[in-house]
Amino acid sequence: MGVGSGRLYAAVAAGGFRRYATYRVATAAGVFTNTVFGLILVYTYLALWDERPQLGGYDQAQAVTFVWLGQALLAALAIGGGGFEDELMERIRTGDIAVDLYRPADLQLWWLAADAGRAVFQLLGRGVVPFAFGSLFFPVALPREVSTWAAFLVAVGLGALVSFALRYLVALSAFWLMDGTGMLHMAWIAGLFCSGMLLPLNVFPGALGEVVRALPWSSLLQAPADVLLGEAAPLGTFVFQAAWAVALLAVGRLVQSAATRRVVVQGG
Amino acid sequence: MAETAEASEAAGRAEPRGRVVEGLRAYRLIAAMWIRSTMAYRTSFVLTTFGNFAMTALDFVAILLMFSRVDALGGWSLGEVALLYGLSGISFGLADLAIGSMDRLGRRVRDGTLDTLLVRPAPMLAQVAADRFALRRLGRVTQGLLVLGYALVVVDVDWTVAKLLLMPVMLLGGAGIFAAVFVAAGAFQFVAQDASEVANAFTYGGMTMLQYPPTVFALDLVRGVTFVVPLAFVNWLPACFVLDRPYPLDLPGWVAFAPPLVAVACGALAGLAWRAGLRSYRSTGS
Repeated sequence: MGVGSGRLYAAVAAGGFRRYATYRVATAAGVFTNTVFGLILVYTYLALWDERPQLGGYDQAQAVTFVWLGQALLAALAIGGGGFEDELMERIRTGDIAVDLYRPADLQLWWLAADAGRAVFQLLGRGVVPFAFGSLFFPVALPREVSTWAAFLVAVGLGALVSFALRYLVALSAFWLMDGTGMLHMAWIAGLFCSGMLLPLNVFPGALGEVVRALPWSSLLQAPADVLLGEAAPLGTFVFQAAWAVALLAVGRLVQSAATRRVVVQGG
Repeated sequence: MAETAEASEAAGRAEPRGRVVEGLRAYRLIAAMWIRSTMAYRTSFVLTTFGNFAMTALDFVAILLMFSRVDALGGWSLGEVALLYGLSGISFGLADLAIGSMDRLGRRVRDGTLDTLLVRPAPMLAQVAADRFALRRLGRVTQGLLVLGYALVVVDVDWTVAKLLLMPVMLLGGAGIFAAVFVAAGAFQFVAQDASEVANAFTYGGMTMLQYPPTVFALDLVRGVTFVVPLAFVNWLPACFVLDRPYPLDLPGWVAFAPPLVAVACGALAGLAWRAGLRSYRSTGS
């Protein structure tokens, strides 16, 4: 990738950031909703940890932190979906995708850049306020070392990469299904259940816990949270996340080339 | 489009018809059109219905997972929480099925397609409510019914006639309260088109809150959902009556039977808000 194409994707990413930054009222509405959900969840978690202190190895403050972290990362990491896949699916359905394939830019990288811009905006625009609210009004467990915060941000970045790779695969399914709503729902369920958004994965009992912690979705919320809460070694976590990111992006490439051949057949 | 044309034609006929009847007819025709349209993609319909079912079941799975580690939450057993969950799920599911597309109103205001609805001779509320009518939302109602069934088998309720009568009353009253919240949220979007997500805090957020016992939450939060947005009448208060549990906030006993009244009052307020919203509507002009 030359300097020129690097600049192209940087511009696309900046565009993604600006595009979401335009809708200020929507962002404020999102912040409000995330805060309300955080409030509701935090009380259920407090009740749960009242019954069983040290559940899943977390103390109550760590559990509270986990709730607000989840609300902060929900939009940025598109844990329940959202972001680019609706749009890409629509372009596939209408056939506009043919125009995209003509462009002198790589399809996967283009959407990755746009999604990265969106993620950065939503982390700042939608993540910071609910998290600050939670930290102010509830007892939270936050690290003092800058290095832990830095490691947390790296884990969030890798989580965003895994999230993109998963959603790219979901979007490409539209080449075969045409209407991708069903796939979006499935992805939504997997994202919420397997990321820790529904309940921290360390609270899941027995073998189910082992399985969900090994799946790619655990990179989205559980992994960054455990790094921030000091429950997981940063390096091991990075390797786990990066491995899933590389594998899923590679599968995305394969599916893309298979799908592209299909477009040519349709257009011919 | 055939159905909407038919609806316009029917509404245009000279015979006098009540506005409610006319609205219901328009609603039925538009809903039927959307059902036909959904059936064009059958695989996706099956997947989304299952998805809707599984999505809502997910919340209950979270509760089951919690109860795999504890015996009670806020002093309530799994069966009792399941009762709250089932009641909340069915009420919300019915309201969501009937008018769950209200959150698309903001988009219509923004892109100007609301004007198309205004020129049609059918009540606006019926058109917006039936917009994108989705049968897949039955998935949530089904799931709520299953959990409620489970709860009724597990929980040892001391049944009386009053309690038996209260069950359907609270389900319909609850659906009415949620429907009023949906309409109010729609009205709010005339003012703030991009803020449709605020509604989720009250609809989905409220539903999630009602799945857990009131004893779990801070008193101010309980006061808020009792006196400000009266969601506590959907299931908390009637369920306390059915389970012979003390009421939150030391409310008097009769409040358990208030859901229909609360639903009517909320509906009236939401209707006023809707009218005010519709009056204030100015087209984008493009």
